[in-house]
Amino acid sequence: MGDAILGGLGALFEGIRFLFAHGGPNVIMIAVACTMFWLAIARGVEPLLLMPIAFGCLLVNLPLSEVMDAGGVLNTLYAFGIGNELFPLLIFVGIGSMTDFTPLLANPRLLLFGAAGQVGIFVTLILALALGFSKEEAVSVAAIGACDGPTVIYVSNMFAEMGRIPTAMVGALAVAAYSYMALVPVIQPPIMRLMTTKKERAVKMPSPKGKISPAALIAFPIVVTVVTGIIAPKGLPLMGMIMLGNFLKVSGVVPRLVNASENEIANVATLFLGLAIGGTMAGQQFLTRETLMVFALGLVAITIDTVGGIFLGKIWYLLSGGKVNPLVGAAGISAYPMAARIVQSEGQRWNKQNFLLMHAMAANTGGQIGSVMAAAIMLSILKGMGIL
Amino acid sequence: MSNVSFGLTMLIVGMGGTLATLALVALLIHLITLFFPVRDEKKEEKDG
Repeated sequence: MGDAILGGLGALFEGIRFLFAHGGPNVIMIAVACTMFWLAIARGVEPLLLMPIAFGCLLVNLPLSEVMDAGGVLNTLYAFGIGNELFPLLIFVGIGSMTDFTPLLANPRLLLFGAAGQVGIFVTLILALALGFSKEEAVSVAAIGACDGPTVIYVSNMFAEMGRIPTAMVGALAVAAYSYMALVPVIQPPIMRLMTTKKERAVKMPSPKGKISPAALIAFPIVVTVVTGIIAPKGLPLMGMIMLGNFLKVSGVVPRLVNASENEIANVATLFLGLAIGGTMAGQQFLTRETLMVFALGLVAITIDTVGGIFLGKIWYLLSGGKVNPLVGAAGISAYPMAARIVQSEGQRWNKQNFLLMHAMAANTGGQIGSVMAAAIMLSILKGMGIL
Repeated sequence: MSNVSFGLTMLIVGMGGTLATLALVALLIHLITLFFPVRDEKKEEKDG
């Protein structure tokens, strides 16, 4: 009887014993989780994602936690919605239904900024390879340059499921991607000022034609899905889901489905995705040199994306005889609508009469399509090479 | 395949492919807006 009581009491203190014996990484990760809570609550940094990620991180790092063991709640969520890429795709349906492509349809040439804004992906891929990452790891790290959390998770998890990259890396990549997306207002303005002259920043662009026919808006997602699906079928789930969400919205006949996509589906998927991603952040696997390199390369990727967009903007400025404001190029990334708002505020800073928002929105939605397209093309090339 | 040729292939085909696809999509969007122009409501009212 006495032994049983002592054994029972001992079990209660096993967690504390573990913490003192091997719990250093767990303590660090619990501190990381608390930092994420602070960033989300006090600083408003991507709270929708950081809150569940941080809570998942907290749960998995408590001593002797079984949440990521077979049958554990976070492991079940991971297998249910990340292992098969379901959650990122559901979030894409929501993103599609929340995105207004009208400015892009009014000025389709600005879609090219959405291509220039992906250059960071490919440059980072080369850097990651040079730093010793495997091909699959390098592609996953480079995907941070898409500035798009669900895309990063979709791509990296594909390799994690094949055992080509560690599962913990998916968590590091997701956190890096969402952190840098939130930091776009801090990262972009200095680059914008460094790469452009006052004269260039002050360029006023005429308002684009405002109206687009409903038929054109409806045809757009169908055409994009078909064309991009034929070119890069490996990315069809990504592009298909974003265009499905947009198609539901512009059709105007399924308001309940649009409402569900924007709210219930996107919210539930975001909560579960965040928790499951947080669950991959167990200290023993997460705190590695590779994780630090992932964060460093992610910053490089987003910086080069911005440089690429502004560089194309400067070329366009020269070719158009000074009619295109190069700042608009910085919006050619997927962080929507944050990047467009930054361009608008930077433009107005140098010319109070300047309204770049609609142009920047066009480039920004182009960036959304561009990031998905770049990921789709990467996956298709990998399939062509026999890697996927 | 060596890392160098893999990286360069991804850079050239990936970036080139993204740029070419988006240029094609931009052209198609232009055609869509030509094919489905905005109807002039005032003119329609007059005709009606």
